[in-house]
Amino acid sequence: MPDKNPHTEFHHALRVNKNACTGCTHCMTVCQTKAIRVRNGKARIIANRCVDCGECYKVCPVSAISVEQDDLQMIFDYEARVILIPSIFIGQFSHKIPASSIYSALKDIGFTHVFQVENTVDMVLEAYSEYRQKNEIRPLISSFCPAIVRLIQVRFPSLVDNIMRVNPPIDMSALYYLEQLKASGIPAEKTGLFYATPCAAKIAAIKSPVGDTESVITGVINMNFLYNKIQRYLQNTSAEKNMPVTDDLLNSRGILWSLTRGEAVHCDKRALAVDGIRNVTEILEDVENDKLGSVEFLELRACDEGCAGGILMTGNRFLTVERLRKLASEHAGSKEDKDKKLSDRFINVKEHSFLGNIEPRNIEKLDEDFNVAMKKMARKRRMMCFLPGFDCGACGAPDCQTLAEDIVQGRAQISHCVFLQHQLVKQNLLSHEKAGKITEEIWGNERLEKNCNKIGAEDENY
Amino acid sequence: MQYRFKIAGGDFSNAGTVASSVKKILRQLNINHTVSKRIVIALYEAEVNVVAHAYSGLVEIDIDSEKLRAYIADKGPGIPDIPKAMEEGFSTASPQVREMGFGAGMGLSNMKRNCDILNITSEPGTGTNVEMITYFKPDAR
Repeated sequence: MPDKNPHTEFHHALRVNKNACTGCTHCMTVCQTKAIRVRNGKARIIANRCVDCGECYKVCPVSAISVEQDDLQMIFDYEARVILIPSIFIGQFSHKIPASSIYSALKDIGFTHVFQVENTVDMVLEAYSEYRQKNEIRPLISSFCPAIVRLIQVRFPSLVDNIMRVNPPIDMSALYYLEQLKASGIPAEKTGLFYATPCAAKIAAIKSPVGDTESVITGVINMNFLYNKIQRYLQNTSAEKNMPVTDDLLNSRGILWSLTRGEAVHCDKRALAVDGIRNVTEILEDVENDKLGSVEFLELRACDEGCAGGILMTGNRFLTVERLRKLASEHAGSKEDKDKKLSDRFINVKEHSFLGNIEPRNIEKLDEDFNVAMKKMARKRRMMCFLPGFDCGACGAPDCQTLAEDIVQGRAQISHCVFLQHQLVKQNLLSHEKAGKITEEIWGNERLEKNCNKIGAEDENY
Repeated sequence: MQYRFKIAGGDFSNAGTVASSVKKILRQLNINHTVSKRIVIALYEAEVNVVAHAYSGLVEIDIDSEKLRAYIADKGPGIPDIPKAMEEGFSTASPQVREMGFGAGMGLSNMKRNCDILNITSEPGTGTNVEMITYFKPDAR
């Protein structure tokens, strides 16, 4: 494998399928980091701006955005084939389907071990309180949601120091199980650790992690893919064949961790839990203005309802939350639920609790050099006096300001604006042919031809 | 480079828009985030002061290669005793304003802490003028 520097190259799990994309601009306008442009009639993702939040995936009307995953066959390269499942994985199935059926289905697919991701949350909580004691900066921001960590890096560079450098449960659990298998005689090189992911951001974080770490996770399998396989298995197998699940049950903290408030409830001081990337952007603006006062901890998640709202989840997210809350309340209060899990066991991976440095990557800067940035800024402001300012997106950029920025950075021209283009043609500063060509460069040459295959047209589903 | 903003007195829901706009400008100019954080906090306090106490205000931002100068002029009651107003905890804000989480009497001292030069002049009954200068390089003063 070629050397890859995780700090300069960013792995993205979101892909645009060029054959399916119609260049409709839905994804472009919804993107919180303005990472999408339309060129040649297709959406294009700008790698250093994308935070893998998946908003584009949610909004795409033709399902042209996909999430890459590792080939399932890859698991058979390993003797111990571990699937790490988060609690929401079980939560998306009806309560009539016992965990044992799901475990059996996963074994039928080819996995030898099924482990739950949130078994290490008590270890993570210990790391949280240690981190809180050692660091004065407030509010502390959870590092749990990788899309949020990246959002802060690119859009809120001044808040990078507020991110807690604590490894999330998935990494701690992967390390823990690797050690546990080693102790039972299976060497690390024969162990394949696979993570069932609810979202694209987790994939990106595993493939190019932040904070000077390298993930021990071997591969990632998308949850929707596994969901379909399990449903198919359940349809064709009788319940009697299922193996009982004996150990590895999560405590209530683990069950609820990835849902909204799952982390914030454990903070004894003021803590806010915010979900949905737009809400998170709003709260981060307030943090930057020092507007929140004495808030100690911020749990921020890109998806509505936390991981239950992940883009690779199949079930209805509100039902998933309801089932998990019910399950957690059945556990809560019991003696074994109050006891800390794993943290005092013989395998100690606590030393891996903390992350290294997380660098800001300001994507909004017009130039490294201040004087050049000032000149570009002046030019951009002048440009805005001419651009219409109603953000139609017809230039292939999400709004007029972004077009102005693309122009000063040499990535677009003023004639990309359909309104200014019209003016230029009228004043004989641009020929009709050239104007037509510019439009084709952005929208492709078949864009304005009759096509009954689009949504709402005669042959919509054909 | 110059920027101008208007502030409406009493409009708490929009308090902070100037600070947010300036923050965005500083990000585009690649200003060190520790410096930009100070500027934004000081400016936000100044903005809230106008909203809480004055009828209307104007903000002028001047950016050159070494510093940002903010000039905030408001029409309002003015400040009769500036040294007193600079004391931490001193506030003339009404109980209603305090209820909204503003008016704790930390504004002016917070502004002073977060800029390099602070000049306040005021004519009671007419208004207040605030000038704040922050250097981009911490040792450029």
